[in-house]
Formats: sequence, structure tokens, C-alpha cells
Amino acid sequence: MADLLRMRDVSLTYRAEGGDVPAVRNVDLDLDRGEIVGIAGESGCGKSTLASTILRLQPPSARVTGEVLFEGADVLTMSWGDLRALRWAGASMVFQGALHSLNPVRRVGDQIAEPIHLHDPETSDKKAHVRVGELLEQVGLPAGRARAYPHQLSGGQKQRIMIAMALACRPRLIVADEPTTALDVMVQAQVLHVLSGLVHELGVGMLMISHDLSVLADLCDRIVVMYGGRVVEQGPSKLVFGEALHPYAAALSAAFPRVGDPGARYAPSGLPGDPPDPAALPPGCSFAPRCPRVVDDCTRAVPELRSFGDDRRAACIRVGQP
Amino acid sequence: MSAVESDGTAGLPVTLSARQLARRRRRESFLRSWRVFRRNRSGMLGLTILTVFVVIAVAAPLLASSQGLEVTQATGGVLEPPSSQYWLGTDDQGRSVLTLLIWGARISLFVGLAATVISMVIGTLIGLVSGFSGGWAGAMLFRLTEWFLVIPFLPLAIVLATVLGRSLFNIVLVIGVTSWPGTALLIRSQTLSIKERAYIERARVLGAGRWHQMSRHVLPNVMPMVFANTTLTVAIAILTETTLSFLGLGDPTRVSWGSMLDDAFQVGAITTGAWWFIVPPGVCVVLVVLAFTLIGQALEEVLNPRLKGR
Amino acid sequence: MSLVTNPTEVETSRTRRRSYGRYVVGKILGSVASLGFVLVVNFFLFRVLPGDPARNLTRGRFVDKKQLAEFNQTYGLDQSVPQQFVTYLKNTFSGDLGISIKYRVPVSQLLVDRMWPTLLLVGTSTILAAVIGVWLGIRGAWKRGGVFDRTSTGTSLTLYSMPEWWLGLLLIAVFAVGWGPIPGIFPTGGLHSVDAQPGTLSGVLDTAWHLTLPVITLTLAYLADYSLIMRSSLLDELGEDYLTTARAKGLRDIVVRNRHAVPNALLPTTTVIALSIGFVVSGAITIETVFSIPGLGLLGVDALEVPDYWVLQGTFMVAAAGVILANLVANLLYGLLDPRVRT
Repeated sequence: MADLLRMRDVSLTYRAEGGDVPAVRNVDLDLDRGEIVGIAGESGCGKSTLASTILRLQPPSARVTGEVLFEGADVLTMSWGDLRALRWAGASMVFQGALHSLNPVRRVGDQIAEPIHLHDPETSDKKAHVRVGELLEQVGLPAGRARAYPHQLSGGQKQRIMIAMALACRPRLIVADEPTTALDVMVQAQVLHVLSGLVHELGVGMLMISHDLSVLADLCDRIVVMYGGRVVEQGPSKLVFGEALHPYAAALSAAFPRVGDPGARYAPSGLPGDPPDPAALPPGCSFAPRCPRVVDDCTRAVPELRSFGDDRRAACIRVGQP
Repeated sequence: MSAVESDGTAGLPVTLSARQLARRRRRESFLRSWRVFRRNRSGMLGLTILTVFVVIAVAAPLLASSQGLEVTQATGGVLEPPSSQYWLGTDDQGRSVLTLLIWGARISLFVGLAATVISMVIGTLIGLVSGFSGGWAGAMLFRLTEWFLVIPFLPLAIVLATVLGRSLFNIVLVIGVTSWPGTALLIRSQTLSIKERAYIERARVLGAGRWHQMSRHVLPNVMPMVFANTTLTVAIAILTETTLSFLGLGDPTRVSWGSMLDDAFQVGAITTGAWWFIVPPGVCVVLVVLAFTLIGQALEEVLNPRLKGR
Repeated sequence: MSLVTNPTEVETSRTRRRSYGRYVVGKILGSVASLGFVLVVNFFLFRVLPGDPARNLTRGRFVDKKQLAEFNQTYGLDQSVPQQFVTYLKNTFSGDLGISIKYRVPVSQLLVDRMWPTLLLVGTSTILAAVIGVWLGIRGAWKRGGVFDRTSTGTSLTLYSMPEWWLGLLLIAVFAVGWGPIPGIFPTGGLHSVDAQPGTLSGVLDTAWHLTLPVITLTLAYLADYSLIMRSSLLDELGEDYLTTARAKGLRDIVVRNRHAVPNALLPTTTVIALSIGFVVSGAITIETVFSIPGLGLLGVDALEVPDYWVLQGTFMVAAAGVILANLVANLLYGLLDPRVRT
């Protein structure tokens, strides 16, 4: 029984000129306190969109159905007051591309202090200042960096500022959306080290989103693989990464070299074809057009998520077949 | 270098030369842009208004006899209000205001367009060269452009117009010469960003000379922006011509909307309440300038889809 | 858990002041250079043109050879051009800008006398237009497509397409002369009533009364431009990621707008407002003409008839210097607002 985050049958549809575009379809997801769950998939598979619903940050033109229960309360239907209290103090986000996620004309220290003042109006400036210093130390930056502007920091430093900012109000859940994508390999390793250390030290739950399965395999307890807006596989990370059941998950894990291994970066690999266009999904299994193990039955119906023991599930009719 | 394309009709592949290919692609992209433009309501409104005025200006001899402009032939009373004979009343010399308005359209549109041509040619040339050549020449031209921007342009235009004398040609020259810096800056920044792109590097490696690079590669990519900027420049040129004519610096032998308002002001049409002499010329100016502005904004949207929905 | 970080200098407030100081010095030097350019242009404007300068300047008037020779001598036009340039520079820096042909007083005195009405007119209008225009632009952009936005944008576009002096004429016709049921209560022009006592409270109020219509005219003309620009800047800003971050922190929409989006959107707006100062000068010229305000603009326009050469040169100089100064102020302001340009 997940006590921190429970997503049940979440679907998100964008309203567009040509018709409705389903970005997320019937996703279930559980996260416990102290657990790290990864969501993997190519761009456009709906993972970031799914994550945006946790704090109800999806675009106003999107229609969301299902339940997103944070500590038992449904985020999608709670009042604005409750939602604003939840944002950052209950759950916070580390956004992709810190390049543009920080206000360019304000000092980073002020931006970290902003949610502190918001959620605890009694906080004095001095106390906030001290807390900002603590947070910077936790992510390995000198406290003096608080007076810097975003353009004075390197990519890795900015990302660490984002992490420090996410911790500011001591949330129980952190959602990290592609926190290392824009960084080079060595800095990536450092940032992941910071993240995992913090999670274990502070006992927060973390939902980590990435298209790089190898990064998730190191860090996460469980991995959820998404394709075309649906969950296609989930299970313990070592198993999903090492012995994937779904052909897409298998291809995904083969596509990425290990972090910190420069040589493997140049090895050619990858899936042919493009991810499906959410506005024009193929019939049946949306992976069928690119699947190396496809058969006729695959296009007949969307495969159900079936259990394969050990908390493993996969949505493929070809699992166990030759 | 040629490509094989199916020509659609008989299904047989047709070999096109590089030039034909380029022409066909340009035509397709033009049609695509037109379709996007058509969807922009304010842009279409502007285009409609402009077309009406262009038709009026071109068809002026058909709509109102040019004799109506002659002071010696004027048959109406002084500053008569609108009547069935004179739909917009008469001016201080007894001429039909409607006739003046129709013929005035020619001057305003002509000066606006001609001055813009001069301004765009100077501005584009300087912008291209300044953006393209690095080092001393480019920097000097840039400084020059910036300095020219600093000079308040109406005083400069007034001074030039006074010294050069009052004629149609001089007005066109004055406006053209004072409004090029804005265009030059815009073209320059576009050129700079295009210059960095990979295909320019390739052209250079292949031995393309500076001039070839500029005209064949940079210019076609800068042209769309030039085009959008042109409409906005015309708007300002027409406003400037009207203002200069109002201040008495226009060609005294020609009637323009600005000169009509100058007359109205000088003879005190305001205090005597001769609204038919004050309001219509101004309304015409507003409509034409508004039309160009709307078209210019719509063109900018076509070029930069990010702006769509403004 | 300490990781190796780049040993960069921690920014102290002294470093901050130094970098802004460098920025300020750079901008001031640039302004001085622009001023120099204007000085040169001012000099050559009348002399590099075809024909005899004396003839050009006395165009339209009947002058005989003797008067031409006198003219040449008085204005030093019989000297060589480089010599004239040196004389010109010397005189300009010592404050001697010549004598007005029309008024027969030193040009510098004329300029000082006439500067106050223009500053009052232009200054008030610009400030009002900036404040109202920016507010309109913000509200329009935030609720884009709504009734307020469409009305405000449509009105702004129309006002923008209008010659400001024509708007002035209309306002005079309606509110100063009277139109139908509306009484003509405002004065049709001038700065003072005949019996006004300058320096007293009633004198001040009288001036304000006379300036009401002109200020309204210029304010309407400028605020159209400013509101369109602010709206456009804010719309550009609304797509930025850092606003999502702000919302995710739990900030209310209004706070996200005013504390994060608007300050960033004000940056390009400030630049454009600065560049449009040149048009502010033009507006002053035409409005002073229409409303007969005895300011620098009207001085310049009147000088055209004579042509009062030294006055023209002087007013041109002042106008250009005003634009340069306004640009400098705008640049310095921008440097204060945007930390990215000074480091």
C-alpha cells in the first residue's frame, strides 16, 4: 500500500485544433516513502506530462481523468488553497533544463528563499538566509554562491541550485524531470551522487524521469517504462534493465552505455523508426510498427499490463513466447 | 545538379534543373505562407483596406476630374458643409473636399512607397555589409547606423526639407534618407545570425566569394524579414509625409492629405467647425497606416509562428 | 558531502559596484561620442549642400550682392570650411550659439527661455504614457484575447496609426471650440492667459489648464506605442520555463506575474521606450505648433520661415542632445535592472 503517491488510471488529453490528443493513457503508479522510482521512455511518451499532474501543473487546455493521491488526498480535485500549500512543501520538482527554469534577473539565493518565505511567513530574512546556506552545502556548493545570478553559474551548478531549491521546504516527495540531460558525463555523475545521497539521508521519496535507462538503473529501486502514453513495463530496476520483458524496454536498455564510460558512447545502437504521434496512434499495441518481435495479433488489441511475479508487470502478449 | 521528381500528371518522373527546383520550392513556400496569412483576420482586414485605397489612388482620374484640383476652376463656396453636390463639402478655395481626398491618396501612397524603397535599399545594403564583413568595415558601419538612430529624425527631416526646397522628389529623398537606420539594424542582426549557420561555412569552403555568399545565401534568407519590415516602414513613411506636409514642407503644387490639414489649420477650420475638412483626411491617413501596420504584424506572425495567436 | 567545485570568485558587493561602474563609464563614453557625431553633422548639414550657403539660407527673400557679402561676413562664411569648423566648435563650447535673425537675441538665451514649456509638456506626457501604457499592456497580455485585451489593443493600434497632431486638432475642435452638446471649455492654445500672473498659484493653475489638452494628446499618442510593446514583451515572457517553477512553488498567479514575469518583460520594453524618445521630440514639435505652446519645438518651426539659421542649428543641437541624454538614462536604468549586461 503506497502511502506517499498513488496514481490510479490517470489519463491526460490535450485539446487541439485537429481533435483531442491523448498524451497519457490509463497510468497506474505507486511510490512509497523513501523509495526511488524511475520513469523511462523516449521524448513524447508522456512521462513529463504525467509528472506535471502531481502538482497540477499541466496546461489549462489539458483534460485529466483518474486519481493522483498524494498522502491520500486527490491533487486533481483539491481546492486551490490546499494545492498551493502542497506545492513545494509536500512535493517539489526539479525541472529539466535548469538553463531556463531559473529567473535570470534574480539572485539564486533569493529564488531558493522564496518558497521558504511563502510557506512559512513567520520566517525572518536571517533564518531564511541560514537555511539557504545549509541547502547549498547539502548540494556541495559554497554558501556564498547564493548571491550569484543564474548566468554566472555553470550548468552543473545551476542544476544543483535547482535541487537545493527543491529541498527548501523539506518536501516528502521530489519529482526530478530529466535532471541530468543537459549535463556532460562527469557532472552528471556528480549530480546523481548528490541526489541519491540526499534521498537516503532525508528519507524523501523520489520520482525520477529520464530517457536514459542506465542512469535510472543505478539510482532507482523500481523502474516504470512508458511508451505512447502507456506503461509498458515496470519492476525492480535491476531486472527491468538487465532482463527486460517488453521488447521496447529491452531496446531502451541496450541503447544507452553506462554512465562514465566514454568509449561506449560511440557504439552505434538504437531503435529504427520514430516514436508514435499521439494524435495518430496505430491500432493495437502502439509499439508494433517498430517491434522486432511483432506478430499479427499485436495490432488487434492494446495489450493489458500482466503480472509476471516479483512485482513485475509488462504489457506485451509476446512475453514468454519464443 | 538536378533532381528527379514526379510531375504528377502522367506519373512519369521528370528531371528538373537546380534552378527549376529552387523556383518550384519557392513558389510552394510562398503559397504556404499565403495560406497562413489568409487565416490572420486582422492581416486580411489590413490588406482589404489597403486594396481599396490603392484602387482609389490608381483610379483617381475616373473617380474625380483632376480639374477639381484647380483653384481657378473652383465653383463651390468657401468652406461649405457637405451637400448633395459636394459630398464632403468644400475647402477654403471652394474645391470639393472629396476630390482633394481622392487625389491626395496618390501623393500619400506614392511618397510612402517611394521613400520606403530608398530606405530599404540603403538599409538592407548597409545592414548586409555591416553584418557580413567583420572587423573594421563592419564595426564602422554599425557605429554609423547607431549614431544615425540617435539623431531625432523629424528635426533632421525638417532641416533637410527646408534646405533642399519643397518638391515631391525632395520629400521622398528626405524620408528615405532619414529612416534607413532601423532597417539596417534589423537586417544586420539577421545577417549575423545567418552567417553562423553551417551552409555558409560550406559555401565558403567551396570557394564562394563574399559577394556570391551574400547575394545567393544570406539575402534570400533575410528577404522575408525585410518584407515584413517594409510594410511597417511604409506606415511610418506615410505618417512622416503627412506631418511634413502639415508643417508646410511638402510640394506646394500637389495636394496631399497632410497639405489639406495644413490648409485647414491655417484658415482656422477648427474654430469655425468645418469638420468635413479636418476629419476625412486624418481618417484616411489612419486607415492606410493602420492597414500597413496590420499587414506587417500578420507577416511577422507568418514568419515567426511562435507569435501566432497574438 | 563536498564535491569539487570550480574555484570561482565569490561575488562581493564591491565587485558588483565595480562592474556596474564599468558599465556606466562605457555608456557615458558612448554618449559623448554620439554627441560629437551630432556636432559634426550639425555643422555640415547646411554647408555640404549644393549652391552658395548664403543663397540657400536666404532662399525666398530678395537680397542684393552687398547684403549677401554682409551675410557671409557676419556668419564667417567667407572663411575656409575647416576654419569655419574650428570657429564653430570654439563658439559652441563657449556657449555662443549665434544671434537670432528674427528675435535679435542670443540663441542660447532663447533656448533657455523656451526649454521649460517643452520639458513640462514632454516630461509629463512621457511619464503618464509610460505608467498607463505599461499597465494596459500587462493587463492585456495576462488575459490575452479577452474583451479588455481586444479593446485595448484595437484602440492602441488606431491611436498608433494616427498623427498625434491630428488628434490634437480633433481635441481642440471638440473640447476647446465646442462640438454639439460639448462645451468648449479648454483654451485653444498658448501657455498663459493674458491676465495670468506667473509664479503665483493661480498662474501655475492657469498654465496647467492650458497644458491639459496638449498633455492628453501626447499621452494618448505615446501610450498606444508603449502598451503595444509591453503587451508583446509580456506575451513573449509568458512562455518561459521559470514561470512554471514559480507556479510550482505555490505562488499565486498575480504574484507570478508581477514578481517574475513583468520585471523580465520590462527589460525589452525599457529599451524600446528609450529608442522611441526620438519620436517624443517629434511629437513635441507638432503639438507645440498645433497648440501654440511657446517651447523649443515651435521655436524651431518658426525659425524655418526666416530661415533663422543659428536658431535652427541651436534647436537641432538641443533636440539631439536630449535624445542622447534620454538614451543614456535608459541604458543606465537597464543596467540596473538586468544583471546580465554588467557582468
